[in-house]
This record gives sequence, C-alpha cells and structure tokens, in this order.
Amino acid sequence: MSTFEALTGDNAVAMAMRQINPDVVAAYPITPQTETVEFFAEYVADGLVDTEFVCVESEHSAMSACVGAASAGARVMTATAANGLALMWEIVYIAASNRCPIVMCLVNRALSAPINIHCDHSDVMGMRDAGWIILFSESGQEAYDNMIQAVRIAEHPDVLLPVAVCQDGFITSHGMERVEVFEDADVKAFVGEYKPQWPLLDIENPKTFGPLDFYDYYYEHKRQQVLAMENATRVILDVAAEFNKQFNRSYGLFEAYKLDDAEAAVVVANSTAGTAKVVVDQLRGEGLKVGLLKPRVFRPFPAREMAEALSGVKAVAVMDRSISFGAMDNAGPLYLEIVAALTRHGVQVPVSDYVFGLGGRDIVPREIEGVYRDALKAAETGQVENVVTYLSVRE
Amino acid sequence: MTELTEIRWHGRGGQGVVTAGKLLAETAMGSGQYFQAFPDFGPERMGAPIRAFTRLSSKPITIHSQIQEPDVVLVLDPTLLGVVAVAEGLKENGTLLVNTSQSPAEVRTATSFGTGKVCTVDASHIAIEEMGRDITNTPMLGAFASATGIFDIDDLAEKLRAWFGKKISPEMVEANVRAMRRAAEEVQEG
Repeated sequence: MSTFEALTGDNAVAMAMRQINPDVVAAYPITPQTETVEFFAEYVADGLVDTEFVCVESEHSAMSACVGAASAGARVMTATAANGLALMWEIVYIAASNRCPIVMCLVNRALSAPINIHCDHSDVMGMRDAGWIILFSESGQEAYDNMIQAVRIAEHPDVLLPVAVCQDGFITSHGMERVEVFEDADVKAFVGEYKPQWPLLDIENPKTFGPLDFYDYYYEHKRQQVLAMENATRVILDVAAEFNKQFNRSYGLFEAYKLDDAEAAVVVANSTAGTAKVVVDQLRGEGLKVGLLKPRVFRPFPAREMAEALSGVKAVAVMDRSISFGAMDNAGPLYLEIVAALTRHGVQVPVSDYVFGLGGRDIVPREIEGVYRDALKAAETGQVENVVTYLSVRE
Repeated sequence: MTELTEIRWHGRGGQGVVTAGKLLAETAMGSGQYFQAFPDFGPERMGAPIRAFTRLSSKPITIHSQIQEPDVVLVLDPTLLGVVAVAEGLKENGTLLVNTSQSPAEVRTATSFGTGKVCTVDASHIAIEEMGRDITNTPMLGAFASATGIFDIDDLAEKLRAWFGKKISPEMVEANVRAMRRAAEEVQEG
C-alpha cells in the first residue's frame, strides 16, 4: 500500500533517494542548493540508508566524487541547481563520456548574473549537449516518480548514461503538495540491485577509466555515446511501461493533453504545463479546440514522436523558460527543437515562441490564455505575427 | 468544500506563516482533499512582511501560479494593516480574517474591503495568555476553521497534536490546542 504524504518537491525527491538507498551521494551546499540534500543528510544521520554521504568542498568536487564512485561500481546520486550545476560543468561532460549512470536531482533555477535564485530553465538548457538524459517533471509527484525510473534508465546496459531529473525551483521544489509515496519494498524491487558491468574495484579484472584517448579512439567513443542515446528512447519507454503497470501511471516520452482534435497546441515543460492544463480546460469549455504537449524526455529529444503528436494541429506555440542567446531569432531552446522536429518530419504549421518566467517571474493562466488565443489566430490565418514574444516583460 | 479554495496569508518573518499554511494543507490532506502550500518566494527576514499561499480542492490541483484572487485572506500581524494591501485581489464575496483587537467594522474601514465577510479575533492576546508568546499561527487556524467552516475543530486539534508531537513539549502542544479552540470561539464577524 502506498501512502499519501504532504511533501515539497525537494522532500519528495529525497524520499525517493531514501527508498532507492544509493551507495554514494556526493553534494555541496552552494547557494542555491536544494533542501533535497539536507533531507537526505538527515536520513543518513538517522541510519535510514547505508549511503556513503560525501560532503565535498565544491560542486565541481561533488560531480568528480560521483564520477569516481560510479566508476568504482557504486550506485550514485547527487542534487544541484543553477550555479551549482555550472560549477560542475567540466565533470558533467566527463560523467556522460565515461558512461557513469549517475542520477541527479536538478532543481531548475536561473543562472546569475544578476544574482537570482528563482525558477527558470537556463541551467538545464546549458547541459543539453553534454550527453545526459534529461527528464522534466510537472510536480513533486512526477519528480519522485522520475527519480525512481531514472535509476533503471541510467543503469540499463544498453544506455549507461547519467540522468538529470528536473523540476521547477521554488514553484514545485519548495511547494508542498500531496505526494503518493510507494512502499519502500516496492521501490527497492523496482530499481533492483545494481550490478555494474565494469567496476573499477573488480581488481581481478583490471580496467582503465578516463585515459588519454586521442585521434585513435576518441571519435569511436563519441559514436558509442550516440548509440547509447539512441537506445535510451526505447529503454525509457520500457521502464515507463513497467512503472506505469506497477504504480498505475501513464508516463511516456511526453504527455499529450487534449491534443487529439486540437487546432492549436502549446508546448511547455515542468510546472507551467500544469497551469496550461487549467487554461486548456477553460478554453475547451468555450468550445475552442486547444491542447497541450508537455515534454517529459528532453534528451534524447523525441522529435519524430512529437512531430507525429502535433501533425494534426494548425498552429503551435512553444513556451520557453530560457533564452538561447544569439540563436535563430534569439529564441528559446525548446522552440528551436520543436521547429527543427516539425520541419524534419514534414509538419508545416506556424510555430511561435513565448519566452516567459525568467528569474522566477510568475506566469498566470490569463497570460497562457493569451498564448492560446494567438495560436488559434495563427491556426486561422496560417501566419505567425511575432516569432518570439516576451511575456510580461517591461520594454 | 467548493471545488477550489485559494488562501493568502500575511504575516511577518518568524511568525510561523509558512508553517500555518502547511499545517492547513496537511489537515486538508487528512480529510482526503488535494492541496498546495507554498511561500511567497522573496527574501525571508525576521520581522519583514511575508506572504504564503494555500490551495485546497476536492480535485487534483495542477495550477502552479501564485494566487492573485484569493477566496480567503488571513492576516497574522495587526501592524500590517495600512502597511500591506492585505485585501488586494480578494474576491468580492471572500473572507478577510485578521488578528487584531479591533472590531470587524474598524478593519473594514482600514482595509477598504467593502463587500465580503470581515472577521477578527485577538489571536495575539489569546496566544500570550495560553502560550506565553505572541505566536498566532495556531489560533488563527482555529479562527479560520470557525470563520469558513472548511475544517472541523476536533480534526484540527488532532492534526496539531500530530504535527507538533515531537517538536515541542506536551504542555506547549496542549497550549497550542487550547489557543486554537479559544480563537475558534472568540472570532467575531461583521
């Protein structure tokens, strides 16, 4: 029997970590760190887990310790946010290239400067080419569910890639909601025991990790990372299918909300997707055919599947909580991916971008309703009025 | 309970505003309701005006915006009247509940909240008498339950005991429960 608990998103993730009981957790309390590490440190102190908790001197060291422990053959987790992730940078790439199946709780917050600790997606968007699998979560519940699935995805022999589980800083990380917590035994059974294929500590079979790898084999190793990413889509779906069956959920690569007969669709990730659902319901009540596509898997990007899901709509509006400065139209990363996916797969509809919520600026249903009304107009005319709109910004 | 009740809390840093919001949310969960409880994400300093939000619903809540048009506003600190626009956005038929020694009529004048229900309770006085400290979050919960009828006082008492159980002394737990019950009885409507 699962129980319902009143948990913040940070606490929900820590709860998943307690149930998973990883071998090693390394983290550093940079500002802004999440409460996840604090909660987890309590579990360690209370003897509820037998995790080796490594307090390091920086985020760079935290990710380094994670890479070392994962190479040794341990099941490893960490948590970070914003500038903490930025300080991990060098090792974020090494974790993926060394094929370390690390699971990271990433609470999405704005990068400085100016100094800001609130929600946006500029932190995770910077790591989109680093070779990590990236999952988004609308709520604390989804972050909890994704953490459990992430372990299986990361450790799958056909994948062996690190996974970042994202949720919105403050909005869900510090917001308390009703969270269904599964039985410890069920979570433990689902994640299973980790049997590393090539542990460094298997001294009978010596191996080398992270050596010099020049023009002789470096390229082949990069090619293998691509294969792992390709395999990941299938593994993510397989793990989701098993999870859905056991825990009564409906996870896939993304969530399509009232999209089947929709004429206008919004694409938006994390907590704002929940707010958008309220707007969809309201507009459907007025007889307007609108729907929502909420990305769950951002890396590997399910371009074909998303294009298929959006193939029936007449206009798409993407909402981006970050900016890809200097990119085409100075648009957001999600817009760029969606435009590429639709073009690549022959879906020719007007697509517009709405940058919103940078540095934690609140986004309310009325604003999302405006996005839908714009999209409905674009569906009618076949034209995009503004390629990129900055919602609620002072000009 | 109506489908969705949105509540905004006003207080000062250190008065237990966030705790009260969470306690209310947990009580809702205990009776099978869905809820959200979240602070206003500003810098939290002792004594500075702060806000917190609670949503209660019989259905799952997916909205993740701040609350702009609350059904209920609770003011934990009487010195905020005239400093913070506590009635801002409050629905016309909403409820304003203030910890103050003033009458509901006086609060109505001070806040220019014309149409809805105004309730007052001297929660500070009750808190000092029962607990020896001006911590008004638990009495205000009692007043909330009584003013809105959303919660049963006995359920709330049980939740308080469970919540505070290990954190404070048994005497203080019971003092909190007494303060909560007294505030529920002494709340005035006008």
